[in-house]
This record gives sequence, structure tokens and C-alpha cells, in this order.
Amino acid sequence: MTTYRSNHEIKLELKQIYKTFEDTPVLEGISLQLKNKEFVSILGPSGSGKSTIFNIVSGLLKPDSGEVIIEGESYTGKTGRVSYMYQKDLLLPWCRVIDNASLPLIIKGMKKQQARETVSPFFSVFGLEGFEYKYPFQLSGGMRQRAALLRTYMFSKDIMLLDEPFGGLDAITRAKMHQWLLGVLQQLEASVLFITHDIEEAIYLSDRIYIISERPAAVYKEIVINLERPRGRALLTSKEFMDLKAEILSLL
Amino acid sequence: MKRLRNIENSVIPAVFFAVLLIIWQLSVDMGVIRRFVLPSPMDIGSTLIEILPNMYNHIFVTLIEAFSGFFISILLALVLAILMDSVKLVKKAIYPILVVSQTVPLIVLAPLFVMWFGFGMLPKIIVVVLVCFFPILVSLLDGLSSVDKDIINLLKSMKASSLQIFRLVKFPAAMVSFFSGLRIAATYSIMGAVIGEWLGGRAGLGIYMTRVRNSYAYDKTFAVVVVIIALSMLVFYLVKLTQRLVMPWSIEAERNRR
Ligand SMILES: Nc1ncnc2c1ncn2[C@@H]1O[C@H](COP(=O)(O)OP(=O)(O)O)[C@@H](O)[C@H]1O
Ligand SMILES: [Mg+2]
Repeated sequence: MTTYRSNHEIKLELKQIYKTFEDTPVLEGISLQLKNKEFVSILGPSGSGKSTIFNIVSGLLKPDSGEVIIEGESYTGKTGRVSYMYQKDLLLPWCRVIDNASLPLIIKGMKKQQARETVSPFFSVFGLEGFEYKYPFQLSGGMRQRAALLRTYMFSKDIMLLDEPFGGLDAITRAKMHQWLLGVLQQLEASVLFITHDIEEAIYLSDRIYIISERPAAVYKEIVINLERPRGRALLTSKEFMDLKAEILSLL
Repeated sequence: MKRLRNIENSVIPAVFFAVLLIIWQLSVDMGVIRRFVLPSPMDIGSTLIEILPNMYNHIFVTLIEAFSGFFISILLALVLAILMDSVKLVKKAIYPILVVSQTVPLIVLAPLFVMWFGFGMLPKIIVVVLVCFFPILVSLLDGLSSVDKDIINLLKSMKASSLQIFRLVKFPAAMVSFFSGLRIAATYSIMGAVIGEWLGGRAGLGIYMTRVRNSYAYDKTFAVVVVIIALSMLVFYLVKLTQRLVMPWSIEAERNRR
């Protein structure tokens, strides 16, 4: 373990994670790493076990074997360290956006007013200025996901797990959200583990991609995306992008 | 569009109701139905205006009984629902008994209450509680157990305690369902008090109604029915108003879903 503690580059590591649900093996030896300020995607077909990986990383599930190591410490089966965002925004309909974003701080024991003061400076970073006192039902799908990401960020600022956060949005909104996410992350010090089954999304956003197989899931291939940042829409039609897409398609 | 539909929603039933009243009025006026069997709407209206001043005390007593029973029901339901939701064993043990208890006819029980508790307000309040308590409890339990599992997992991933999960998510999430139970119970509460009063006592709409019925004053009986309906509607809208004040988001969210 000491080797990891000395290596500050690695924020999060999964070592040989195995998980079986009632005789169905779902994860078969998942190993992966997330470095500081890195954006890493897990790309795989639906039902392959991607969300199960996140449930294990977040501590909601215990793996049958294997380890979750965060900054050199074992966090296997322990909740409360990383922040986790689902495809559904899961905003509380009875709370204003600012109180939804405050929820993690309230859980940590902060008073409502103080929590509001703590989150409010982030509304401009997340493109939510002016929406503080709206209720979730007054927001569009894209704005709701922004609010959900802000809440996620308020829980743990350094490691965020995003499980298909844009999966429920239409293509145009999703493209806008990609641009927005890249912009937001530039202003934060966060390492992101991102789940998707959308190849273009994975290439466009990531520094690295782990491609995982169908169930039972194992890491099939790791691909480094050396595309320059900041990235713009023009990249989507460039030759490098097309080549990467072709390479990944041939693997699946 | 939405506004137009709202107007449509309120105009259609109003027109239909008016047509029914006119048919009723005409049938009595033309002698199709005899006046002493069924008084006409206008007879009932004028009788109502005439006897209303005599009814204030009765209305007051009935309202007190209904409200006391209603609030006791809310308290009981809250305590039991929280207990049943957090300790599954309690739910398993109590729920079937509660369902069976609902099948016992009130008309049979109510005279016993009079024997046990006398002719005061208490037996009436107990009848109201018996009528109101169950819908409130069921709606609360439904609300508490219908919370999205993912949101609970999300809070668990943030290391929230069970109490925090209850306070921040489960309880507020149950409120919409709770209020729909409250609306039903509120309308029942007046009826419950009236049924309780039928068995005897000093004042209340049920008692007034038995008196006028025994003197074959059918126009007065119907006038009392109108008052009972009006009071039931009143408490229904009071609950709705409270819901709007306490949780403005819920009415809007309901409307948006339509
Ligand atoms: N709690 C559970 N109990 C039983 N089976 C589960 C559970 N969670 C997930 N699974 C199964 O594991 C498989 C992988 O699920 P999941 O991790 O959600 O896949 P993905 O996120 O890649 O779509 C699915 O076949 C699913 O039915
Ligand atoms: Mg999934």
C-alpha cells in the first residue's frame, strides 16, 4: 500500500474486482486506475455491469473479492468518500435548486443557511445562475442534469463518478452538455470516472477509455485519447477522431 | 390550451348539474313527483334560508367533532405509519388487523360507543377517527414505501444516517400521497360526525336531522343534507389550500404531469 501513498498521481484504483449476483457473474476481475484530474470513461454495452462497478466504488456494494483503493487507502465497501451521479437527476422535487445542491452539506451536518452560502458561488461555474430559487420541475432536462452535477460536486470535489449522466437527453441537448461539461471541468480540480455506451461521447470527453466486455465484464482494452484540449465541436469530424472511432468500433 | 381545458373542466360539470336541477325542479312543479315525497330544489333553498339561523349551534358542534376526530386521526396515523415503516415486524403484525377492522360496520359499533362513553362528544369523535384514520394511514404508508430506491442509495453513498434519509427524503416524498389521503379523510370527517350523532346527543347536524325527519319535514331534511355537503366541500378545499401553502411544488408538479 505504501507504494500508492507515495504516488500522488493515482487517485483511485480498482484491483481485480469480482462480483456475482445469485449465480450470475457480473464482474470478472475489473482493474483500473484514475489519476489526478483525469477524465476516464468506462465504455461498454448495456447490462454489462458498469453501474455495478460504480456501486462498488461508492461503497454501496461489497465486491466478492478485490480492492477499492483511494489515495492509497482501502475503501472497499465504505461509503462517503466519492460522489456519485446517476442517469436520473434524482433532484428532490420539494427542494429549490439551491437546497438540492446543498443536500450533501446538510447531510454532513451544515445548517441550511450556511450550506446555501457555500454552494451559491458555484452556480455561475455550473451555468445555473438565476436558477437558485427555482424548483426542479421548472427546469429543462439539461438544466436538471447541471443541478445534479453541482450537487454531486458539492459532496466530493476530487473524485466524481458519473453514470451515463446525459443518457436521458436528446442528441442536441447532449451535445450542448458535453461542451458545458468540458468547460466546467476546466475550472475544477476533479478526477472523473464516467460511464457511457456512446463511443463518440467517450472519445470526445476522455483522457483514457476502458472498454469492457459483455457480462461478465472484464477490461477488454485501454485506449489513451491524445486529443488536444480544449476540445471543440470541429474535433468531432476530424480525421484523428474518426480513426479513434473506427478503432473502437472494430474492438466491440 | 391548458387554461382552456381548465375552463372546460369546470364549465361542463356545472352546466350538467344545472340541467339536472332544472329537470328536478320541473318534475316537481309539473306533478311528476309529488312535493311531499321529494321537495323541489327551490323549496329546499328557501327552507334552508329559513332554518339556517337555527342550525348554527348544530353546525358548530358537528364541526368541532369532525375537526377533533380528523386531527386525532392525523396524529395516530403519523405515529403508526412511522413505526410501521421503520420496523417491518410492526407492519406485518398490525396491517392485517387494521384491514379487518375496516370491515366491521360502523352502524353496529356506534351504539356500543354510546353505551361506553355516553351522549357527549367523545363517541362521535371516536366514530370520526374510525372513519378518517385508515385512509390517512394507508396513504402515508404508500407514500413512505414508494420512494425511489436510487435516491435512497444516493443518500447512502453520501453516508446519510437512516434518520437523515427519513427526514430529508422519505417523509417529504410521502407528503403528496399523505395529502391525497387527507382530502378523502377530510370529506369523510363530517359524515362520520353526523353518523355518530344519529345515535343521540344534545346537538349536532345529525341530531337535528333525526328530529326534522321524525316530524316528516322532508324539505328540512334535504336542507340539512345541503349543509352537510357544503361543509364537506369546505374541509376538502381547506386541505387543498393547506397543501398549496405547505408544498407549492406539489400542485404545480401534479398539473405539469397531466
Ligand atoms: N442488485 C442486483 N441484484 C441482482 N442482479 C443485479 C443487481 N444489480 C445489477 N444486476 C444485474 O447485473 C447486470 C449488470 O447490471 P448493471 O451494472 O446495472 O449494468 P450496466 O450499468 O452496464 O447497464 C445486469 O444483468 C443486472 O440485471
Ligand atoms: Mg447502468
